[in-house]
Amino acid sequence: MKETRYIELFTNPATLRLDEIPVMDYPGFAAFTDLLMGEEGTHCLHYFVLPGDTTFRFICCMAADENHAILVYSHEQPRLPGLTLPSLSARHFQFHIFEREIHEEFGIEFAGHPWLKPVRFPSRPFDPSMQMDTYPFYTIEGEELHEVGVGPVHAGVIEPGHFRFICHGEQVLHLEIHLGYPHRGVERLFIEQRSLLQRSILAESIAGDTAVGHTLAFAGAMESLAGIRPGENSDLERAIALELERIAMHIGDTAALCNDVAYQLGQVTCEALRTVIINTTQRWCGNRFGKGMIRPAGRPYPLNEEIVTVIRTNLDDVEKRYRHITDRIFTLPSVLARFEGTGRVTAMQASLIGAVGLAARSSGMHRDIRWSHPYAAFPKVACEPVILDKGDVWSRAMLRKSEVEQSFGIIRTLLDQDVRMKETAAETNPPAFILPPSSLAVSLVEGWRGEICHVAVTDAGGELTAYKVKDPSVHNWMALALAVRNQEISDFPLCNKSFNLSYCGHDL
Amino acid sequence: MPLREFNILRDHGKQYVPDLRRATLPEIFRGRPVISGDILPLEAEMAASICPSGAIQTRTGSGAGPVCSLDLGKCLFCRECEFALPGKIRFTHDHRLAANDRQSLVILPGEDKQIALDPARIRKEIRSLYRHALKLRQVSAGGDNSAEMELNAAGNVNFDMGRYGIEFVASPRHADGIVITGPITVNMAKALRLTWEAVPPPRVLILVGTDAISGGLFAGSNALDRSFLEDHSPDLLIPGNPPHPLTFINGVLDLTGR
Repeated sequence: MKETRYIELFTNPATLRLDEIPVMDYPGFAAFTDLLMGEEGTHCLHYFVLPGDTTFRFICCMAADENHAILVYSHEQPRLPGLTLPSLSARHFQFHIFEREIHEEFGIEFAGHPWLKPVRFPSRPFDPSMQMDTYPFYTIEGEELHEVGVGPVHAGVIEPGHFRFICHGEQVLHLEIHLGYPHRGVERLFIEQRSLLQRSILAESIAGDTAVGHTLAFAGAMESLAGIRPGENSDLERAIALELERIAMHIGDTAALCNDVAYQLGQVTCEALRTVIINTTQRWCGNRFGKGMIRPAGRPYPLNEEIVTVIRTNLDDVEKRYRHITDRIFTLPSVLARFEGTGRVTAMQASLIGAVGLAARSSGMHRDIRWSHPYAAFPKVACEPVILDKGDVWSRAMLRKSEVEQSFGIIRTLLDQDVRMKETAAETNPPAFILPPSSLAVSLVEGWRGEICHVAVTDAGGELTAYKVKDPSVHNWMALALAVRNQEISDFPLCNKSFNLSYCGHDL
Repeated sequence: MPLREFNILRDHGKQYVPDLRRATLPEIFRGRPVISGDILPLEAEMAASICPSGAIQTRTGSGAGPVCSLDLGKCLFCRECEFALPGKIRFTHDHRLAANDRQSLVILPGEDKQIALDPARIRKEIRSLYRHALKLRQVSAGGDNSAEMELNAAGNVNFDMGRYGIEFVASPRHADGIVITGPITVNMAKALRLTWEAVPPPRVLILVGTDAISGGLFAGSNALDRSFLEDHSPDLLIPGNPPHPLTFINGVLDLTGR
């Protein structure tokens, strides 16, 4: 079948009715996916199942970056045990995680999938015999080989995950990353918890270090569904908050990278600079992570002259000191010797796995939602992504430095544009939040790690019936697994920090 | 010293907070809430209905008892109750929230007093052994990473809890106790127990963050397994979403008697 029926959306966020999404048969769906994947800059945003009484509806959202569009299409299968479909992942590896998630949730088999490993071992797995503890890790037989297991409880104060290395002496042949430990049932809770406030706070908690990014994606999805267009001031404030989060985390990562190569001056200087940035966020809204800052159709913490002055002053201070320390970091031979060439991910690998955000842009991929699908105030800001192409720890570190510098500029541009801030922010009565029936909203945000995608679906009664959260880490964990191949195991912490992916964002 | 390093250090300046016990946070910081003594039952009902985590409870039945209560062990510090009832509920910037007794975290109308540890509940060995050095193992049991990051910040160049001998160590074998963040997921339940068993007694148990103390917004989720807390009672509770480093450090100092 050659029918290629789909819907093309040109806003972000965007809403459509479920019955507007054409349904193809599976061969047509697969063929159309092949066609799309052949296009430059097209990548999968989400691929998931909406279970019905007698059917499974598979919805696929693709980003067509070159056209600044979102494509939505679907196929439908009878809800029968033993349902098996030919895997898309065999041809387009970036679908692997979505097919694994569908398999884990509904038991649907994907024939030819290279590896149907469970994603997060949810509390009601389809196959109860598959437990985290008894999971059969990939093994390679060999007398000279040994296995190293790290985690879930790690030496540092970080989230839990298990890393199983197969090593030949110092050299890593293979790393299997085993996630699911902090799985809390977020997607289910979005449905079970019914108040907008509970859902907003849940969005903040998807990944606490990306509270602004995820809540912004959530607010976008809800507002789009309800047909509420946030005002210009709101757009500006949200973009500023998002960029502050980016700066804070990138500076924090710079500190962590210095820590891992024992460059203490870099570590402590950057730690202190991160404190200034998150204290700026705290001064604005009372929380160092921006929790509470963003609410759908609300402005709980409008900017005023005083806060703007604090932001400007702190940015000036941090910019100067960050420039000084990074100039030193990136010219110090002992640091460069550790960063350069370590943990390399090639452009082809990054593209195959569907890398997003930092992992993508440090391996030569031109991928940034602020550019491809601008939202909030980003249409007003010329945001050309910074691209580096070596794909090593150095590139990921340098990319962070460059993005921090870029974000300073973005915030200043936004602050300069807000001519209405001098007006008193009137207490607005948020309009009643009424969600339309049988609809779907897609909302994309470029969080500091990369592309965040939320998809909200309502039922015939206008209640949320499905909420899909895709943190950028969902794609990028595979980049870490590839990066450490043929590297020394002692460089693993450095590689891990150079990505700094979210465990709870992945595990939900 | 090379000039660049000198300039960096000069601009870096003195970063440590000199007196962690007396440090204050900006007014807007969401610390200990105060409920007005004259809050009306209807207002309390409204606050309770807004509260996302059930931290606000109203009086049941008729007559006696306070009109409502706010449990900091469940509070997510979202301030929506304050937004709804601006004259009646107010989050102060008092960051000293640590307690060692679940009831101490329950705020009643008309109360505006410092939350403090109950000395009678502090095990003697904690004071005698750990006053000058407390090594802790952190177990992230499903936290969203914000509490974990604040715990890391507690040891950074600004807060430097290391000056009190408080630090996080790499192995439970080296530790005097465990700090739990997160609501304790099913998938982390076993690892948590194993880690606790590996700490040589006497050992300290500290819960950091609302998620750890009560499960927070995840309390009803079937992805949690909080049975560890049925078998072990914490020595210290640190509320917050996430708790500020000052809240954590001051709580630990109160516990060890520094």
